[in-house]
Amino acid sequence: MRLRLVRQSTSFDFLKLGVPALGASALAVIGSIVLFFVVGLNFGIDFRGGSMIMTETPEYVATSEYREVLGTLDIGDVTVSEISDPAAELTGAAVNSVMIRVEQVSDEAGEQMAVLQDVQGALQTAFPGLIVLATESVGAKVSGELVQAGILAVVLAVAAVLFYIWLRFEWQFSVAAVAALVHDVALTIGVFSLIGLEFNLAIIAAILTIVGYSLNDTVVVFDRVRENLRRFKKKPLKDVLNLSINETLSRTVMTSVTTLLALISLYVLGGEVIRGFTFAMIWGVIVGTYSSVFIASPILLMLDVKRDWSKTGSDGKAGTQFANIDA
Amino acid sequence: MRDFPAWKKILVALVAVLAIFFSAPNLFYGQVERANDARIAGEETTEWPAWAPSSLVNLGLDLRGGAHLLVEVQLSDVYADRMESVFVESLTLLREVRDEVGTVRQIDGAVGELDLRIGNPAGIETAVAQLRTLAQPVQTLTGVGATDIEVTASGADTINVRLSDPEKTTINNRIMAQSVEIVRRRIDESGTREPTIQRQGADRILIQVPGVGSAQEVLDLLGTTAKLSFHEVINVTSNEATRPGSGNVLYPSVDEPGTFYVLARRAIVTGEQLVDAQAAFDQNNRPAVNFRFNAQGARAFGDFTAANIGQPFAIVLDEEVLSAPVIQSHIPGGSGIITGQFTTEETTALSVNLRAGALPAELVVLEQRSIGPELGADSIEAGKIATMVAFAGVLVFMALSYGLFGIFANVALILNIAMIFAILSVLGATLTLPGIAGIVLTVGMAVDANVLIFERIKEELKSAKGPSRAITQGYDKAFSAILDANITTFLAAVILFAIGSGPVRGFAVTLGVGIMTSVFAALYITRVLIVLWFDARRPKTIEV
Repeated sequence: MRLRLVRQSTSFDFLKLGVPALGASALAVIGSIVLFFVVGLNFGIDFRGGSMIMTETPEYVATSEYREVLGTLDIGDVTVSEISDPAAELTGAAVNSVMIRVEQVSDEAGEQMAVLQDVQGALQTAFPGLIVLATESVGAKVSGELVQAGILAVVLAVAAVLFYIWLRFEWQFSVAAVAALVHDVALTIGVFSLIGLEFNLAIIAAILTIVGYSLNDTVVVFDRVRENLRRFKKKPLKDVLNLSINETLSRTVMTSVTTLLALISLYVLGGEVIRGFTFAMIWGVIVGTYSSVFIASPILLMLDVKRDWSKTGSDGKAGTQFANIDA
Repeated sequence: MRDFPAWKKILVALVAVLAIFFSAPNLFYGQVERANDARIAGEETTEWPAWAPSSLVNLGLDLRGGAHLLVEVQLSDVYADRMESVFVESLTLLREVRDEVGTVRQIDGAVGELDLRIGNPAGIETAVAQLRTLAQPVQTLTGVGATDIEVTASGADTINVRLSDPEKTTINNRIMAQSVEIVRRRIDESGTREPTIQRQGADRILIQVPGVGSAQEVLDLLGTTAKLSFHEVINVTSNEATRPGSGNVLYPSVDEPGTFYVLARRAIVTGEQLVDAQAAFDQNNRPAVNFRFNAQGARAFGDFTAANIGQPFAIVLDEEVLSAPVIQSHIPGGSGIITGQFTTEETTALSVNLRAGALPAELVVLEQRSIGPELGADSIEAGKIATMVAFAGVLVFMALSYGLFGIFANVALILNIAMIFAILSVLGATLTLPGIAGIVLTVGMAVDANVLIFERIKEELKSAKGPSRAITQGYDKAFSAILDANITTFLAAVILFAIGSGPVRGFAVTLGVGIMTSVFAALYITRVLIVLWFDARRPKTIEV
């Protein structure tokens, strides 16, 4: 008895949903952009500069008590948040860890460290047994560079993909794939704006991985489209796309499920430090899977692909002017 | 199956064995680490056999706990110091031609440059020519005739003096090398394992110290600059509470616990006047340190030794008395020898200490991150559990979905993990928490290539080809999709590695390595297993 997530052969008309899906996604992307500009991202200290201290107490201490103690210090804006731990919530264990963020008091991380020392001292006096789990300070100079590097990384990744797909397929595929990627990145930024989860360096890494993953999905579908275009020369493009998506559907679902299985266990059990990262990844896998079926393919349909694939050669690898670059 | 030659089978088996062999030490992490430490210290150990591979994956700071600091060396301070002394020399030189140039005043200019205004504009060429005599030729790779400073008339009566670019490069390299060396020595002194101290870019130093509770501790270590000075000894005592009296200080002895020296606060000479220090041997062939002062220091030291023969003087490093030798004779040349109960290692260390001296420029902290050992241990534990659960979940899922073929894929997946760890160990790569996430992600995605192949074999079976042909076709037809899909993810990993820093880089490394091994595992390992099974059983039909 085999586990089967998708029936042996399916014939869903995905492209029928293409226009409404594109419309809904366009709305979601616009919504994300609006959220980004109105609400904004909750930038971590990597990008904003400032300091962070993570502490753990033997007994539960309310965040209001922390604020009270820290209010006596003259260190400007302080935010105190409890660290949520799904694993602990499942077992009902108490969560006694908090994260305290201190706004940037100076361009120099060195002076911020002095502030952290004050914070640590005050807390240890107020709450005996308190231990410091981690501290971070980032000066304005470095945070500025990190922002630049982060944006550069995402732009470069998308550009590299655009180029690679163009090389391996056709420009229409390239545009469709990148549209799907932009959609995924925009929605990830949107969801981070919406729920106010901290946006830091690790999230940039997650976005780049999402770019890679979503592309992985898109490329598998496109690879099949390329093959079917060669096989069924007279079939309308819409039918070829539908056929290709259906043929790869089982694989799309299987891979998403195994990846999600791994990511969810990491999210629940992997500890606080990478929770934001795994959240972004889970979101990205879902959005990425959706976008390769409902964004990339409809756009490909709209752009209309060149049909005389046989022209370039008869070795079965024909497809693009560069197709013989096959490794 | 005839289309899969024997040499490929042998190659795959070889890779699998090597992967297991080189990843195995990580299963016995503590043991291997202790054995490696012992061997570095030159001791015999039976904890881990010598023939076995001993490369381990380095644990990143986020897993082991420790401090990460990015500091900037204030090179502009060094330029400013340099221009300060150029200014003094300039005044002397221009005084010689005062009749022509008139009075000389310093005017405000750019930092690290010297701007002068002369009273008599007619003498500007004389002044410039006079100042150019200050310039010394410098060695450069490209230019001939480059000098250390450049003098130009910047206006009718103003002169600009600045350090030339080759000279700045020379200063930068020297100051950076010196700073890195001093930082390294100071951190090594604290006895932590495997600190990373690297120059980064033009003026930055990256410092990573595992096992330290906070970055502040590291900073404290660096803050106590190696300050050397020679002092007159007033008194020796074993009472820590002794009041040194006004103008005096009380410093402890380094070598003899419980001994304290009352010293004159004013130093006879300081480390800034030292030009050289070398490990050597005295006339009795005991380890000692030779040192030499500059002219100014030599005069002060000569005068003092002449007046205090038979008296001890104290050699003080960072407010601790290194030794208090007795002056045997007048030391006029500014060179001398420090003797004591030293071993050769100690004299080498001391001479390095003396030569390196204080940090040549101030360090400004740009970024600090510290991870306490508690969080590091929690993270490792959480990472382990998460990885195992993820792994088990995927294994069960694959077996349920694809039966026997799923089990083949699972064997490949396990070998895949072994290959990742083997490669990371041999490369000496650092495993960070995001790195573990990368491995978990690879576990999820590694399955992808197999899924692609298996789904393809299923389709080929539907078109009523024989099982043997379906398998071959499945692999062949899935290949282009696997290649394209993985190359694109690999591109993302490369970009992450190039641009990312620290933990993000760790993630990029494991992701990149994971993609390569998982493609190999899917294309070759599962294939060998399937081929072996197929050739042994010769099934008429197969179910994927």
